[in-house]
Amino acid sequence: MSKVVLKLGDDISTDIIYPGRFMATVLPSETPQFAFADYQEFNARVKNKQIPAGSVIVAGKNFGCGSSREQAASCLKGPEFMIVARDFARIFLQNSINLGLNTIICPGIEANEGDELEISGNQVINRTSGKSFDIVPLPKARQAIIDAGGLISFTRQLVLQGKK
Amino acid sequence: MGMTMVEKILAQATGQTAVKVGDVVEPRVDLAMSHENGALVINQFMEIYKDTGLEAKVWDPSRIAIIFDHRVPAESSKTATNQKKIRDFVAKQGIRKFHDIRGDEGGICHQILPENGYVRPGYVVVGTDSHTTSHGALGAFSFGIGATEMASVWALGGVLNVEVPGTIKVVVNGEFPPFVGPKDLILYLIGLISAEGANFKVIEFHGSTIENMSTSGRLVICNMTVEAGATSGIVPPDEETLQYLHKEAGVRGKIKTFGPDADANYDRTIEIDVSKLAPQIACPHTVDNVKSIEEVEGKKVHQIVIGSCTNGRLDDIEIASRLLAGKKVSRNVRMLVFPASGRIYRQALKKGYVAKLMAAGAVVMNSGCGPCLGVHQGALAEGDVALATTNRNFKGRMGNPNAEVFLCSPAVAAASALTGVITDPRKGG
Ligand code: SF4
Repeated sequence: MSKVVLKLGDDISTDIIYPGRFMATVLPSETPQFAFADYQEFNARVKNKQIPAGSVIVAGKNFGCGSSREQAASCLKGPEFMIVARDFARIFLQNSINLGLNTIICPGIEANEGDELEISGNQVINRTSGKSFDIVPLPKARQAIIDAGGLISFTRQLVLQGKK
Repeated sequence: MGMTMVEKILAQATGQTAVKVGDVVEPRVDLAMSHENGALVINQFMEIYKDTGLEAKVWDPSRIAIIFDHRVPAESSKTATNQKKIRDFVAKQGIRKFHDIRGDEGGICHQILPENGYVRPGYVVVGTDSHTTSHGALGAFSFGIGATEMASVWALGGVLNVEVPGTIKVVVNGEFPPFVGPKDLILYLIGLISAEGANFKVIEFHGSTIENMSTSGRLVICNMTVEAGATSGIVPPDEETLQYLHKEAGVRGKIKTFGPDADANYDRTIEIDVSKLAPQIACPHTVDNVKSIEEVEGKKVHQIVIGSCTNGRLDDIEIASRLLAGKKVSRNVRMLVFPASGRIYRQALKKGYVAKLMAAGAVVMNSGCGPCLGVHQGALAEGDVALATTNRNFKGRMGNPNAEVFLCSPAVAAASALTGVITDPRKGG
């Protein structure tokens, strides 16, 4: 079971997830301190490591639209968030898969902050409301990368096999 | 079944006779572009080779371009250190398409690539920047990727596991009315189909308006296709494309071009007539919150920005200087102009545009991204309203989440600079 710690609307851009003014920080290990920097209360909880790994951020449509900045995915991967959204913007979804951030496409999701969610097979079950919602599988083209645990290790395997 | 532009390009880049929507392909890459975020790409690239015993060498240094633009000159020692790291890497790997902070060959990546002829029709171009969609203006399939994806491209020379995207055909006809142009068209289209209306799809542009449009205008419309969620925009290459590449970009020799098949399969077709289009404004805080100028006229603004990879080209600066010549920018606004490249800056100097703009009260800054992403010059105060020719008005975009950004064409920006309120250039005296 995972608790919803943040609920967001549609079209949450990478400028909200990781504001441009912190883009000089590139190391994935250093980016979580700026996650949702302009949501001061939530950012403070991330920074002070008060949110347990596996906690859920629920969002509407087009989560991660805007810039290609990978910090927007790495800042959420660090604290091991799970993102359940109605759908995602292309580059953000690809970055998330590449970095191993847990993203779940769930077009009908209904959940509030504090709700407990459970992922079971191809459904998200909201244990608080008792409702369940279907999951759309991630792009099949990317399955091999997910299976390899991310794009770095996937590419490393290819390089080692001399596919270069 | 015929193929769209993108299907043809991906077939060519994978050595197949045909591909179709949904196929998973691994195209070779013709050009791979990064900017300051190359520092992160380098980290991830080194990570790939860690403990492999292999030397970390890029697949082909001649196909990699790195342009410093986002924070130029560096606004902090952290940025300066990132830039230094990239310079060292570029020298070591032998990357020649490197544009440092210079007045002769520097500028914004999405202007540097076209003006130097780095992009050709039929190319597969990837960039660690979402507005890499711009280069579809030259008939390439050009799209944004993240830093780790780019590290993988540097190692392998191709993009892994790309799903062939569907295509939306947008047919544009009619002649633009005075003071209305490509920026108004693309804002109108985004308003029409919404910020995610083209998610995971390519927008292919057709029609007489596009055929008559300069490459500069085509760069504007392809640039902003990503604001409708598109993987890319694309204009089938034509005589104008060849002229631009030969004359502006100095490309020699024959350039191969092709268009989509007549019986290509499109997801949907949208027809637009621009002959009665009014200036369009994208209101805070989403790019698809588009209104006709009549609805927002009179809104007080504090900062006007003309520039960016969308509208920082010579024709944009020209129209601004024409509207401001011999007049004064309102005392209630700051007007910032940042040409998209050093080359454009020098052309604008030569033609006298810069002198006219400065005499009117505008500040003409060095080429680069400047205020567009809010890390550097021209940040906004609490409650400020900016009117900008850039491409994004997200909350916080210009450095302050409690400010507002409205997006418009250069003509609207310049007319409004004179009055200090959003002003319809068609009504100017
Ligand atoms: S000008 Fe703005 S949108 Fe264009 S590349 Fe620079 S930051 Fe991005």
